[in-house]
Amino acid sequence: MTDITKLTIAETLGGLKNKQFSATDLTKAYLKSMEDNRDLNAYVLETPEVALAQAAQSDAHYAAGTARDLEGIPLGIKDLFCTKNIRTTACSHILDNFVPQYESTVTANLFNAGAICLGKLNLDEFAMGSSTENSFFGSTINPWQYERKLVPGGSSGGSSAAVAANMCAAATATDTGGSIRQPAAFCGVTGIKPTYGRCSRYGVIAFASSLDQPGPIAKDVRDCAILLKSMAGHDVKDATSVDMKVPDFAAVIGQSVRGMKIGIPAEYRPQGLNEEMVGYWDKGIEMLRQAGAEIVDIYLPHTKYALPTYYIIAPAEVSSNLARYDGVRYGLRVDGKSLDDMYINTRSAGFGKEVKRRIMIGTYVLSAGYYDAYYRKAQKIRRLIRNDFIEAFKLCDVILTPTTPTTAFPIGDKSMSENPINMWLNDVFTVSVNLAGLPAMSLPIGLSADGLPLGLQLIGRAFDEETIFKTAAVLEKEAKFERLK
Amino acid sequence: MAIDTQMVKKIAFLSHLKVEDDKIAGTAQEFDKILDWVGQLSEVDTTDVRPLSAVNDIDLICRKDEVTEGNQADKILKNAPVAEYDYFVVPKVVE
Repeated sequence: MTDITKLTIAETLGGLKNKQFSATDLTKAYLKSMEDNRDLNAYVLETPEVALAQAAQSDAHYAAGTARDLEGIPLGIKDLFCTKNIRTTACSHILDNFVPQYESTVTANLFNAGAICLGKLNLDEFAMGSSTENSFFGSTINPWQYERKLVPGGSSGGSSAAVAANMCAAATATDTGGSIRQPAAFCGVTGIKPTYGRCSRYGVIAFASSLDQPGPIAKDVRDCAILLKSMAGHDVKDATSVDMKVPDFAAVIGQSVRGMKIGIPAEYRPQGLNEEMVGYWDKGIEMLRQAGAEIVDIYLPHTKYALPTYYIIAPAEVSSNLARYDGVRYGLRVDGKSLDDMYINTRSAGFGKEVKRRIMIGTYVLSAGYYDAYYRKAQKIRRLIRNDFIEAFKLCDVILTPTTPTTAFPIGDKSMSENPINMWLNDVFTVSVNLAGLPAMSLPIGLSADGLPLGLQLIGRAFDEETIFKTAAVLEKEAKFERLK
Repeated sequence: MAIDTQMVKKIAFLSHLKVEDDKIAGTAQEFDKILDWVGQLSEVDTTDVRPLSAVNDIDLICRKDEVTEGNQADKILKNAPVAEYDYFVVPKVVE
């Protein structure tokens, strides 16, 4: 039998139903793969006992004929999702002893659908970063060309690396400015950031609440569709989650894109953009044209302001959300002479460099005298960015762009470590989507000349993930991208 | 807007973070660069544009004003660095 860890979720569910292998066999195979690939540093915690107990239950469900939608599917969980009685750290020193007493809604939905928890996956501290280098547990290594020691992207770099290296069937992830799509692109896997409000944020450790959205990273488009269906849904515990029927996303896969309008934004083709990336983008456009879609030029004139807007709004929300880490109720405590000293000592020891940088920038832009010039101004431009998309979607059904300007870069890259803005530029094509609250997927389209994956991004109207899935499936079929073996 | 060392100290204080003395000048420089970069937003005309703070136009749903969960002191205190008699313990704040 071929290695069962290489199967997609759709194939795995078939194998489990037909008794080709049991959930326990499958789980053991993944646990073995995790052990063999420990040098990638994708998992910050492995939970074999939990996984095998859940697998035994799944096998009982199959035997009783009561299998649920994801029965026996082993998943990796980004360590930003609170998991009951399983250590959850956000890869921060300030939470490295935190054991949640409750379960995030998204992971609860997945486990209630029969999924299995293999362990917790690495990320940039509090999901702030584009490389996982900001993790308290050290960088994850991209499984592509391991010897080159490249980043897997971030913040969901543990998720993308684990999926690419077949260390889980799929993974949960979150996306605030590109944290699902950029790592998916760097590791040659598929990920979707759903519409803001599609998945509950309850129990997902907060970064920037008006932008954060959980979603899946998986081996292909169909697997993303299968997972998202189980993850999504209204939740009274998250006031921003939307009460709307969750469609059967996988049902649209295989449908024709004939007559559909594909928007190509001129602003995403800046001078000096990586030529290979441009080449693959043009190839993607051609694939959709051949499939009968109409290609339409669109304009998103405020695109160049998206990143600076984001770097006011996100840090502002960070400074507020991370005020809760004070050494009193949970997490690290470093004692001091007074209560204030204790707060300062705890936070100074507990947070890493990038997190401190964002807390301080956020504090500044919200402080008296600067609020209107920075925060208020950014909120106004956020509306203009959203309006750009509203206008564009009058002309097209879905937008096709590159996911990232480049392929994965080496760990410790000087230009990025010396200038934070260079690191932030990784999200130049992904961040507008978060500001506008729209759904967007990254899927692998091909390899660069030196053999690294490149991704294309599909952006849809709010709550129209189905059009993204339909279009992505057509591109995937044509691209014939070969996953890592 | 130039960020000086005084401003860095002020932001650090408001953030409850310590910036070591030898890092203050470097931090001021770095923040200056970042704020200069975000400063390009000032070239956008935002007259009559309403700020956008939430992307979904949904009304907040109010639940019934009643107790849904309670009596979980042990769970709430489970991760407390220091707890005694069902309370969180903090350094003395009253002389």
